[in-house]
Amino acid sequence: MVAPSLKLQDLIEEIRGAKTQAQEREVIQKECAHIRASFREGDPLHRHRQLAKLLYVHMLGYPAHFGQMECLKLIASPRFTDKRVGYLGAMLLLDERQDAHLLVTNSIKNDLSQGIQPVQGLALCTLSTMGSAEMCQDLATEVEKLLLQPSPYVRKKAILTAVHIIRKVPELSNIFLPSCAQLLHERHHGVLLGTITLITELCERSPAALRHFRKVVPQLVQKLRTLVTTGYSTEHSISGVSDPFLQVQILRLLRILGRNHEESSEAMNDLLAQVATNTDTSRNAGNAVLFETVLTIMDIHSAAGLRVLAINILGRFLLNSDKNIRYVALMSLLRLVQSDHNAVQRHRPTVVDCLQETDASLSRRALELSLALVNSSNVRAMTRELQAFLESCPSDLRADCASGILLAAERFAPTKRWHMDTILHVLTTAGTYVRDDAVANLTQLIAGAQELHAYSVRRLYSALAEDISQQPLVQVAAWCIGEYGDLLLEGNCEDTEPLQVRAALGVHWGGTHQRRQDWLRGHYLCPCLKVEEEEVLALLERVLQSHMSLPATRGYALTALMKLSTRLRGDNNRIRQVVSIYGSCLDVELQQRAVEYNALFRKYDHMRAAILEKMPLVERGGPQVDEEAKESKAAPKLSEAAPVPAEPQASKLLDLLNLLDGPSEDARHPPPLDPSPGGALVQLLDLPCAPPPPAPIPNLKVFEREGVQLNLSFIRPPGTPALLLITVTVTNSSGGDVTHFICQAAVPKSFQLQLQAPSGDTVPAQGGLPITQLFRILNPNKTPLRLKLRLTYNHFGQPVQEIFEVNNLPVETWQ
Amino acid sequence: MAVHKPRRELSPDTGSTESLILNFPASRTMQFMLLFSRQGKLRLQKWYVPLSDKEKKKITRELVQTVLARKPKMCSFLEWRDLKIVYKRYASLYFCCAIEDQDNELITLEIIHRYVELLDKYFGSVCELDIIFNFEKAYFILDEFLLGGEVQETSKKNVLKAIEQADLLQEKTENMFHSKSFIGSKKAY
Repeated sequence: MVAPSLKLQDLIEEIRGAKTQAQEREVIQKECAHIRASFREGDPLHRHRQLAKLLYVHMLGYPAHFGQMECLKLIASPRFTDKRVGYLGAMLLLDERQDAHLLVTNSIKNDLSQGIQPVQGLALCTLSTMGSAEMCQDLATEVEKLLLQPSPYVRKKAILTAVHIIRKVPELSNIFLPSCAQLLHERHHGVLLGTITLITELCERSPAALRHFRKVVPQLVQKLRTLVTTGYSTEHSISGVSDPFLQVQILRLLRILGRNHEESSEAMNDLLAQVATNTDTSRNAGNAVLFETVLTIMDIHSAAGLRVLAINILGRFLLNSDKNIRYVALMSLLRLVQSDHNAVQRHRPTVVDCLQETDASLSRRALELSLALVNSSNVRAMTRELQAFLESCPSDLRADCASGILLAAERFAPTKRWHMDTILHVLTTAGTYVRDDAVANLTQLIAGAQELHAYSVRRLYSALAEDISQQPLVQVAAWCIGEYGDLLLEGNCEDTEPLQVRAALGVHWGGTHQRRQDWLRGHYLCPCLKVEEEEVLALLERVLQSHMSLPATRGYALTALMKLSTRLRGDNNRIRQVVSIYGSCLDVELQQRAVEYNALFRKYDHMRAAILEKMPLVERGGPQVDEEAKESKAAPKLSEAAPVPAEPQASKLLDLLNLLDGPSEDARHPPPLDPSPGGALVQLLDLPCAPPPPAPIPNLKVFEREGVQLNLSFIRPPGTPALLLITVTVTNSSGGDVTHFICQAAVPKSFQLQLQAPSGDTVPAQGGLPITQLFRILNPNKTPLRLKLRLTYNHFGQPVQEIFEVNNLPVETWQ
Repeated sequence: MAVHKPRRELSPDTGSTESLILNFPASRTMQFMLLFSRQGKLRLQKWYVPLSDKEKKKITRELVQTVLARKPKMCSFLEWRDLKIVYKRYASLYFCCAIEDQDNELITLEIIHRYVELLDKYFGSVCELDIIFNFEKAYFILDEFLLGGEVQETSKKNVLKAIEQADLLQEKTENMFHSKSFIGSKKAY
């Protein structure tokens, strides 16, 4: 009685003909009603067509769950047409979360043993796409039987289905392991590819399997060699490269087998060199193989020459006209810059050129890499480049660029004056993007460099006079003027290195910053800039009154004014006036200060000079100081530790000795064997169990949301190579408290994780006492660390939950 | 931010020192592949990880938005959540794959290209309409090239041969079961 149902293609036409969303919905709902009716009545002839239509509307986003049982019926039908659509439906509608999915198991079992290859193919495909753990358990033996069947068509599918089964139920690995040896002798590319994938999966999951399969390294090497030298066939080649998919897979397996294993690595060195030099790089296929080769070389114990070759390949990639290739090169170099610093340094000019990339993801990587390449010998040149970049870079990169420059300046500044100029330049160019501690750092720096006081205050004064909107700059300038206002009026300043600074600052400042250039030139042409007292006071008052000034900034300005009352020679009426006005300011902090200062003028005038005198230098263990300390400690330690072969650390040190040019190299690598006391690693907060600080691994900021920030710092205690200690630090710079903070973590199965109790569950607002928590991670297999964190807390009265995986974990955390 | 990693087993929450056990899948070539038009309409979705319909829709929506927002000269790779996305546009269709962190992006581009070549060979100068009206065929072809997220066959010839044989088998069984055939083309359902 039902009218003949629409053909699939007719339905598609009708849907596409709908002019509005509502019309489309109408068409689909009407058709779905027909389909439902048809399913209810049970129409075996047209069932496959009805389901196909249903799958189409499912892709458009409409509900299709009522088709699930129909999939099962179609799969059970003997007709191939039915099975084809039925299995497709199962893959799309019946994932493992649906209760009905287990019902497919029986049909699959039947179809697998039927012996009709296309049908077996469908069954295997479906099992490997949506097979749940239970299904895999039930069907594993069936799949295993098919591994050694004569037909390669079925075998290759069975092998990859085995891969899926192992992923779902790792305990079943043992069933499939024995067949691998035989399968490796295959000539059929598809079967061979599947086998390599299977072996890779087995090795990644089980150290025993890994050891077992190391013996096939020579066989794999031979296969790859044959493929590369004589394996050309039009059937499998892409752009003159023999079966790149197979090559890449073999290389990946070699990587896993060669990792941390001297003998296997040696067995593949020659081959890797051969592939690296002979692969055609004119098209993407060749570059894909080359890239995989590079990844393998860098991950195993390769000869030093081979490593350099690999990095040079990456350097060449950087010059490739294909953006994608440049991208992978930048990513890889970034991963390698710590371990192979010198080799990567050779490509510094190319990296710096990549800063000009139009694609933001490339320029970001180039920036990270450039910052990682700054060292004491290239700091001036690099800072110039980075400052030029800062002026024109997109706004989402400015913060990172600015803080990167400041950090590099702090670590490698050749002179204090250069350092000061660099910071000043950053503050004027990108002041709003700098981190909060930039102000503190700069004031610290200036205070500590007595010979620069006059120079600093004059430069800052000029900068402030130009522009009072950049808050960090204004804050530092105000502070400086307050402290050293007397020097400002003296009219003389040292001009020991005007040329260098002029060169450093003048080169890249083109037309867009003409004003700055002019004032700079003006400043250096007549260093005796005459400043009047009244001007100074007027400037500070402008800052106080400006709507652009933050409350903190005004605080600085007010205090500066107050200090000037003892530094300037004129009478203090103007200052007293301002101070008394602010005694009734709405901002409580300012008001309090003003009232106190007022009191200083009135009742405690005799103490005013003493209270307002120059500040003593605040003691702070800065990274600059510690780098020197660590370097001098590291040098004797290296030579002591090297001749002790029994030490598990020794081989690592010997490797380091090969790579390092000398003890004055990047001090992050050599592991000091004594704990250096206290201040060396200021990033570490108090730990419940204070471990001896070993080779510092760079900290990682892993999370930021509305002022709440999570940082990880890492320690690998030297006595226990499998142990990694992570200190999680939660800080809160926002205006609201963070409460009920809970951090949970997850790691892959081969790791053991232990969380110690956190220091608390509250982080008060505005930089209150952070929470710290210690994680202990045991990684006996030295597998790559993956870490997933789950945070729950209340912030601004709202519950917050965040789950994320930590990216960019430094390799030192697990190698 | 919803979790899109599969197979999550929560241990009972007995306090902050309990760690959350997650089943990390070992590296696979691909987590999912999506095909969509320049207007954001989905033309094919192949998921190699188990996710709820809701999660799939969310991921699809976000990813489509992200990819469509990319400018034409930008590179084919982007980082999205904790996955790497490799995408390429062919005429009016975007081919978009999600791979894991350790994977090789360049070979993924080759995978995408190979799939397009297969479609092209099968349909004869394939265009988006072919994939719309014959979406099930697009799936069948994909399933002869990739299995469980891994490459199963590297010979174009073999893939196309397999499809041809399956099509023949389908025709044969249809003719067996229907004495009267429906009008016209063998593609009609």
